[in-house]
Amino acid sequence: MAGISRDEVAHLARLARIEMSDSELDHLATQLDSILVAVASVQEVAQADVSPTSHPLPLTNVTREDVVRPSLSSEEALSGAPAQVEDRFKVPQILGEE
Amino acid sequence: MTNIHSTAAQMSDALSAGTITSVELTEQHLDQITKVDKQVHAFLHVDRENALAQARDVDAKRKSGQKLSALAGVPLALKDVLAQKGVPTTCGSKMLEGWRPPYDSTVVAKLKQAGVVILGKTNMDEFAMGSSTENSAYGPTHNPWDLTRIPGGSGGGSAAALASFEAPLAIGTDTGGSIRQPAAVTGTVGVKPTYGAVSRYGLVAFSSSLDQAGPCARTVLDTALLHEVIAGYDQMDSTSINAPVPQVVAAAKKLDVKGLKIGVVKELSGQGYQSGVLQRFNEALDELVKAGAEIVEVSCPNFEYALAAYYLIAPSEASSNLARFDSMRYGLRVGDDGKASAEEVMNLTRHEGFGAEVKRRIILGTYALSSGYYDAYYGSAQKVRTLLIRDYQAAFAKADVLVSPTCPTTAFKLGENVDNPVAMYLNDIATIPVNMAGIGAMSLPCGLAPEDGLPVGFQIMSPAMKDDLMYQVGGTLEAALVNKWGKTLLSDIPVLAGK
Amino acid sequence: MTLTYDQAVIKYEPTLGLEVHVELNTKSKMFCGCATEFGAEPNTQTCPICLGLPGALPVVNGRAIESSILIGLALNCQIAPFSRFARKNYFYPDMPKNFQTSQYDEPICVNGYLDVEIDTDEGKMPFRVEIERVHMEEDTGKSLHVGGETGRIHGADYSLLDYNRAGIPLVEIVTKIIPGAKKYAPQVARAYVTELRDILRSLGVSDVKMEQGSMRCDVNLSLALAGSGALGTRSETKNVNSLRSVERAVIGEVIRQSNRLETGERIIQETRHFLEESGQTRPGRSKEQAEDYRYFPEPDLVPVVPDTAWIETLRGQLPERPSARRKRLQAEWSVPDKEMDSLVNSELLDVVEETISLGAEPARARSWWLGEVSRLANEREVAPTSLITAASVAEVIVLIESGELTDKLARQVIEGVIAGEGSAKEVIEKRGLKVVSDDGALMKAIESAIAASPDTAQRVRSGNIPAAGALIGAVMKSTGGQADAAKVRELLLKHLGQG
Ligand SMILES: [Zn+2]
Repeated sequence: MAGISRDEVAHLARLARIEMSDSELDHLATQLDSILVAVASVQEVAQADVSPTSHPLPLTNVTREDVVRPSLSSEEALSGAPAQVEDRFKVPQILGEE
Repeated sequence: MTNIHSTAAQMSDALSAGTITSVELTEQHLDQITKVDKQVHAFLHVDRENALAQARDVDAKRKSGQKLSALAGVPLALKDVLAQKGVPTTCGSKMLEGWRPPYDSTVVAKLKQAGVVILGKTNMDEFAMGSSTENSAYGPTHNPWDLTRIPGGSGGGSAAALASFEAPLAIGTDTGGSIRQPAAVTGTVGVKPTYGAVSRYGLVAFSSSLDQAGPCARTVLDTALLHEVIAGYDQMDSTSINAPVPQVVAAAKKLDVKGLKIGVVKELSGQGYQSGVLQRFNEALDELVKAGAEIVEVSCPNFEYALAAYYLIAPSEASSNLARFDSMRYGLRVGDDGKASAEEVMNLTRHEGFGAEVKRRIILGTYALSSGYYDAYYGSAQKVRTLLIRDYQAAFAKADVLVSPTCPTTAFKLGENVDNPVAMYLNDIATIPVNMAGIGAMSLPCGLAPEDGLPVGFQIMSPAMKDDLMYQVGGTLEAALVNKWGKTLLSDIPVLAGK
Repeated sequence: MTLTYDQAVIKYEPTLGLEVHVELNTKSKMFCGCATEFGAEPNTQTCPICLGLPGALPVVNGRAIESSILIGLALNCQIAPFSRFARKNYFYPDMPKNFQTSQYDEPICVNGYLDVEIDTDEGKMPFRVEIERVHMEEDTGKSLHVGGETGRIHGADYSLLDYNRAGIPLVEIVTKIIPGAKKYAPQVARAYVTELRDILRSLGVSDVKMEQGSMRCDVNLSLALAGSGALGTRSETKNVNSLRSVERAVIGEVIRQSNRLETGERIIQETRHFLEESGQTRPGRSKEQAEDYRYFPEPDLVPVVPDTAWIETLRGQLPERPSARRKRLQAEWSVPDKEMDSLVNSELLDVVEETISLGAEPARARSWWLGEVSRLANEREVAPTSLITAASVAEVIVLIESGELTDKLARQVIEGVIAGEGSAKEVIEKRGLKVVSDDGALMKAIESAIAASPDTAQRVRSGNIPAAGALIGAVMKSTGGQADAAKVRELLLKHLGQG
């Protein structure tokens, strides 16, 4: 399974929305390769009869009542916004959808 | 006389007795920060005004006869990964430079409620990813024992602040050892409580199923006092434990381990462990035997897969948790020239805003979760997690607590492992299984390694929701060692010149 | 040659699949306490959680889970003994965390069915639509696109985001593929969505207003040569926003796909948009490659494990199935099909039932709501039920039945109630609308009428009964319409020896 190409890293970078130069991709591909070799050992012991654990505590059914709580003011909500117009977040043009 | 070298418990007593005010105590610590932090760089943000205002408030309340909590008026350093309303919260990342949260994390709300004075925010590896604080976008923190060495990570700032007497208390967060490893390499005490014991609400997530905030201090009792302030059920965190907090302060004061079985984990020693580390660890075991504990050896055969599983699970969750840093709503924005699309601006911002280690882990996590690889990587890692829990169950059937060295080595040199991620990751080999199983663990100092004179950490692991046991053993061991040495470990730390 | 719909469905068999998204009508959002009301000022119904601020954590709205289970039960589903939320990872500026908290391979309800009735050449026929799953997820924020020439996103200069809708609870109901509908596929699709809407409304879990977007439908359709047993490539037509459009979208896709197949072209698996004006669909922007959503279990939430008692309590709350209720009421009230349809279509069934339960005679209750009240509502362009209550209408009808009001007076009473002049009783009082039923007063008026037209009276006396109409009219006129015409007739005829 190990062995990751530069193209694969480029695809992952696109999925993760991180711009990367060719040299960064090369460097990262080499590093990921060695990391993947190191972590591949998990497959040795992951037998079919072992159930996966996604959470350390066996909690279930934690819910809250359907009660309205105070929201932030729009000033607070927008307090970190890089740009805004009136009470909306201003973002660059969104491509690719209607 | 109460001063910055006192313990938090002593400060608390002096404040109650009226021999010092919180304002005086806070000023002493602010002065120390001014004096030494240029060398140590433990703090990213010193919140002088708010700290003094908080101190004045506590003093006024005390004067008016109000009943105050044990730590009211005692200063604290807060890891910069916890949201504090109106105060810069960067997570050591350029991505969040200048961001001031519009809300308090539950930990901060509890600290404020208890009157603990928050001095400022401490340095850390970016988004808590690292073991050296070298991954901070704002420059590394230096180990007060030797300024050329790492203070551990990711919570190196909190640990260094304690060791350099800039604060008697600190908050850390621990995903794979980020509280315990810095404690070990700085000769301080750090506790990772049971997962769910301390609310994660407002803790900027690295790996949600592993992250846990916890208390850091210079003594076991001080960590226990802080533990009782920050722990407890929180409705804002679905993974919070809805049960009474164990009586950890009482446990820390017990100073008795007679009849307790202490399990030494066979797999967490030997090859790869520095000889001085093992020597001090074994000497500490002798102290526990003298105090009446029984030592048993336990085996956790799946621990050898823990590191690999961790380096799949943590990056996977991180790749998703860190997706929100996209420049749309808060934080850094790069490349918005009016022509670029939102997608392009996201790409450029995340390129610029994240450091190398964060990018490495995001890409690794994206890979492990992607279709075609999920079962082999993420799925397998989750199965390893099941095996680790089984190992712990078997071990805790034989022993009340488990022990190991906290880290294989003492503090390494700054820069030594910067571009060798796999070597860097090996630092966490003894701390990671704890997070994977969600149990509690503590690191306390057990001496200086003879070969380099640097602190060695002793790790105590207790079963889930029985955090009092590690405090009982830790408190007893600490007292025995201080008694043996005739002084505390930190009394040997070199005095920082100051400027 | 171009195939028409009728020609197409002889040669090709359509296979349907329907995905319906429903906004639940909870008071607060899916994972936080922000209000869900429509029409608030931008970004005033947001908090750290639904804005995806660093550190914030979700907690599930218990009512949303109960609503989802109710929907599953009403659709004859199995309620999963173990269900979880997952993260669906993709970047989009209207999605604050850049993942959608949704359910993936562990939805809350699975394997149900819904029986509907369709009109066929052989009359009404039952048709079973099988349900694949019912799962919970959250809505996104809303973007507003500014600048650009077309107003569409492409070419916009920038976008403005309002996150008030982010985190609104959604339930998605997905059918299995629906084979065998043949030429009735459009009716099946419409009947299914209609019945589903009625069920959701009867459960009280959603406003189900398709035109306002609280219920939206995606129509999947594929064609295969009749009798081939094969399954063709499907298209997915998004956001079809009325019952009529559901039907038209199916017809439009059958025609488009069949004509492609006729000319030897392949059907592309793609997302398409429905065009209200033409009833056709056009392709959406295709993504260069299939998205890899990297689903994994949401670590910030814990599993939903409903126990039997909980499920049975909810099952006990299920209302009568709307179609069954319609059949029952139709029989009880002896209503012809056509009138029943207009009651249902005008959404007056509930209020008519209530009016009848308050003592009104069924035929009168129906005709007053469908007639006078609907007419007045149409004039005002509002819903009939917003004008007047069932109680007021029932009160008026009871007075008609007891002879205290004539139809004419009753109309005035209803107008008065709608005009806000008070209850029916108060309007009658204020306007003096009581029927003149006092025999003495009526006899006086009758005698005056006879005296004014002695010839007419004579014709009646001699057996020309229809001639009495003119005299009755005169009496009615002189009493200002407040006399009961039947009573007048009875008294008049008796007086003239014809009773
Ligand atoms: Zn909210």
